[in-house]
Amino acid sequence: MEIEVVDRTRAAYQTGRSRPLQFRLQQLRALRRLLSEHEATISAALKQDLNKSHFNAQLFELIGVETEIALALDKLSEWAAPRPVQKNLLSMLVDAYIQPEPLGVVLIIGAWNYPWALTLKPLVGAIAAGNAAVVKPSEITQHSANLLKELLPQYLDKELYPVVTGGASETQELLRQRFDHIFYTGSSAVGKLVMEAAARHLSPVTLELGGKSPCYVDKDCDLAVASRRITWGKFTNCGQTCIAPDYVLCEPAIQDRLLQEMQRTLQEFYGDDPRTSPDYGRIVSERHFDRLITLMDDCSVALGGQSDRSELYIAPTILRDVDPSCRLMQEEVFGPLLALVTVNGVDDAIRFMNDREKPLAIYVFSSSKKVIKKVLAETSSGGVTVNDVMMHYTLSSLPFGGVGQSGMGRYHGRHTYDQLSHLRACYVTSPALESFNKARYPPLSHGRLRKARCCLQTWLCSCARASILWVALSSILALGLLVALLVILFKDTSK
Amino acid sequence: MMVQVFRVLVLPVLLYDCETWTPMGSSVSSMEIEVVDRTRAAYQTGRSRPLQFRLQQLRALRRLLSEHEATISAALKQDLNKSHFNAQLFELIGVETEIALALDKLSEWAAPRPVQKNLLSMLVDAYIQPEPLGVVLIIGAWNYPWALTLKPLVGAIAAGNAAVVKPSEITQHSANLLKELLPQYLDKELYPVVTGGASETQELLRQRFDHIFYTGSSAVGKLVMEAAARHLSPVTLELGGKSPCYVDKDCDLAVASRRITWGKFTNCGQTCIAPDYVLCEPAIQDRLLQEMQRTLQEFYGDDPRTSPDYGRIVSERHFDRLITLMDDCSVALGGQSDRSELYIAPTILRDVDPSCRLMQEEVFGPLLALVTVNGVDDAIRFMNDREKPLAIYVFSSSKKVIKKVLAETSSGGVTVNDVMMHYTLSSLPFGGVGQSGMGRYHGRHTYDQLSHLRACYVTSPALESFNKARYPPLSHGRLRKARCCLQTWLCSCARASILWVALSSILALGLLVALLVILFKDTSK
Repeated sequence: MEIEVVDRTRAAYQTGRSRPLQFRLQQLRALRRLLSEHEATISAALKQDLNKSHFNAQLFELIGVETEIALALDKLSEWAAPRPVQKNLLSMLVDAYIQPEPLGVVLIIGAWNYPWALTLKPLVGAIAAGNAAVVKPSEITQHSANLLKELLPQYLDKELYPVVTGGASETQELLRQRFDHIFYTGSSAVGKLVMEAAARHLSPVTLELGGKSPCYVDKDCDLAVASRRITWGKFTNCGQTCIAPDYVLCEPAIQDRLLQEMQRTLQEFYGDDPRTSPDYGRIVSERHFDRLITLMDDCSVALGGQSDRSELYIAPTILRDVDPSCRLMQEEVFGPLLALVTVNGVDDAIRFMNDREKPLAIYVFSSSKKVIKKVLAETSSGGVTVNDVMMHYTLSSLPFGGVGQSGMGRYHGRHTYDQLSHLRACYVTSPALESFNKARYPPLSHGRLRKARCCLQTWLCSCARASILWVALSSILALGLLVALLVILFKDTSK
Repeated sequence: MMVQVFRVLVLPVLLYDCETWTPMGSSVSSMEIEVVDRTRAAYQTGRSRPLQFRLQQLRALRRLLSEHEATISAALKQDLNKSHFNAQLFELIGVETEIALALDKLSEWAAPRPVQKNLLSMLVDAYIQPEPLGVVLIIGAWNYPWALTLKPLVGAIAAGNAAVVKPSEITQHSANLLKELLPQYLDKELYPVVTGGASETQELLRQRFDHIFYTGSSAVGKLVMEAAARHLSPVTLELGGKSPCYVDKDCDLAVASRRITWGKFTNCGQTCIAPDYVLCEPAIQDRLLQEMQRTLQEFYGDDPRTSPDYGRIVSERHFDRLITLMDDCSVALGGQSDRSELYIAPTILRDVDPSCRLMQEEVFGPLLALVTVNGVDDAIRFMNDREKPLAIYVFSSSKKVIKKVLAETSSGGVTVNDVMMHYTLSSLPFGGVGQSGMGRYHGRHTYDQLSHLRACYVTSPALESFNKARYPPLSHGRLRKARCCLQTWLCSCARASILWVALSSILALGLLVALLVILFKDTSK
């Protein structure tokens, strides 16, 4: 079945109908209508899958996709246009530019924690770039997967953007087929398998993976605000967010205060019993529930710790004085368990972070520019938010992605468009400039070499420089004329 | 199960000789492991990161090239019979240009890159910060052993990485010379050279790198990517393919022939972006042949064997491969060869059948197939029936034909009315698509490819009121606010400066007019 679907998608792509800008815009508008017309059913599916409230579904899933669609609709003609490049002397009269082109058939493998956002955001970019796409939502969030399978063909071209549901074996079968790009969101372990499969067809990949995203809280910071923001990021979607602050590093002296503030914030966000709060989620499956309970085993629970398997409920839990060797610190938590690990200042925190794999995100809370600068300079991560958590995800002009074990490639906004395009180098010259070329033809000589070197190494003023020059000149001219005018008017009035 | 399937598929393939496709014995050496470990330790000292250090290393590399021009040329002469001038033009000038550009632009490339903001991030510092990746593996190719190994190295150094350099063992003199010279100019531990053959390369590929930059064949490219997958190392694969050249009946045939001949027979056709074969209508085939014959005479004289500018085939294995390719085709020009000299004359074959051997693999030699087609649509169909190549060439005076070919085909790059020139402009990203590769480099593109472009969002505790909309307990009102803040974009820098240019120009014009009016009134009084 998977082979048929991929073949049909490729045949549909080869008709060329996904390429015209009008078609892409029309598909994007259709997708936008899908989201607005089915807001309620999508929310209902998310409630069943992850106990996401209607508002959470909006804020964390749908608004993000809407923003991407709006941006693509607005900017598509700009993104798809030829992009001129700076020229050297040799190419002075040549038309040199980068032409974005579709890649072909893209495979999008979504994740379960944000089943709509993490599947549809890449799809927006794929459509915008003129590709066809096979969409494989995660089977773990079944209601969302089935709903997507039912809805997408009602709005989008059925053959160009088919939805394939199923589990591991369907995914493996898909991965045996040839794609022009594979976009995978999920774990590093499976990421390796995806890349190995892609290698057999030389398919480029974007891997949005995970890791343990550390959060360093400096003793010199606004602790109340820090706690609030960390609490928000950590317990949203029950900690099941790839860029959730996984654990906190802080000095022993502030640990107690941090705990107090977090306790206060939890009370404010979710009330006395988070189980009854409409904004507090649930663990996605029994397997993950059991995994998380085990992680808590060898640690000291300072707050929370209650759980109920029948409801897949785990209370917001904070653990203190966590030992780096305990189970909780060996794998990405991906749940509502926040470990507080004590360190002796920023150098110790940096060392701790660098002893581990590069994470998807690093967070720093500090009022000291010096501390912030140090952490940024001496660590690496996919992205970084300072004095807040997860916010670099919300600004689509920032490229979102990992590095090292946390992934490769990036997306959001124009970055998705570029990632799912081929940026073709185009050099358009004419037969007329044959004299320029003499230097390169045999029989070669010193004279010819000298000419070639000169032509290749002399750069023409770039557009950016030219416009800065024009801005400066016209501003000076305007100023000069204003002065002259005032002088003359002054002379006039004084006569 | 998936893990098992792929272990079964990946492991045996890694034990194959990359060049000859024969199984290898397990002659595992720990030398490669030591070298990589030492390089990583050197990288972790942090000394490759300061801009001053990078600039100093780049200047040293530049000195290496200028001080050893003669010895490098000599090595290239022994490896590929490259003349001194060819070595300069096709290898060294290119690397010099990259170094000069990096020296000039490094502070700009390495600086934080501000991004456009939305209402929510209005008071936030949001930018992209380029950072080094760590330890890069550069596997060079044999056809341009200096350029294809050193150009990536320039980018690796500029981006603040360490790099293990593995030149191709096929061009032995160049590999040995590089191994001898590089440590005399660059930091020995940060940029070691590892020589050796397939087993050394395989051993290197088992180690963990932060990026692998490979130039070579698609077959080995797959193995490199599979090996990289085990460590989740990103890759840049500069591969090959059959780069077609469509010659429209409506073009300057003399100039086209000249340029195609130049591109095809440079380095004896052993160039990844050489025009592999020509597509043209039967009516112009004869004239094309005549012009090419004339050009060959002009370039290489009566006997190319005696021309200092005409190269040789790199090895006996490739020589034999090329001779076989000629077998089932009709030679219109050339065809002479001499195995003892690894010499094959510039050869053009006409009316080549698409099913013959010559059309089944990348030629990578001085054999140019002329394949007849019935116009541009037929040519496009022919190209699209095959894998996306590294380059496509079109010769035509008709803008319509050019536009059609560009719109209806895909390739790594394209040069219109010439060949290979998109390679020479480093502001153009150079790389393949599909089977011809992934990733791109040259100029700033190498820098970006070998960097991590980290998203940075620096806010302050003070803006807590902005954040209220996102905190539970959520409500319609909070949602509305959040939506508005996320979806309202601030005027970008580009727009702002266009606005300023327009305003100040209008103001200047207005004031000029006012001034002239006043002066006129003055003089008429």
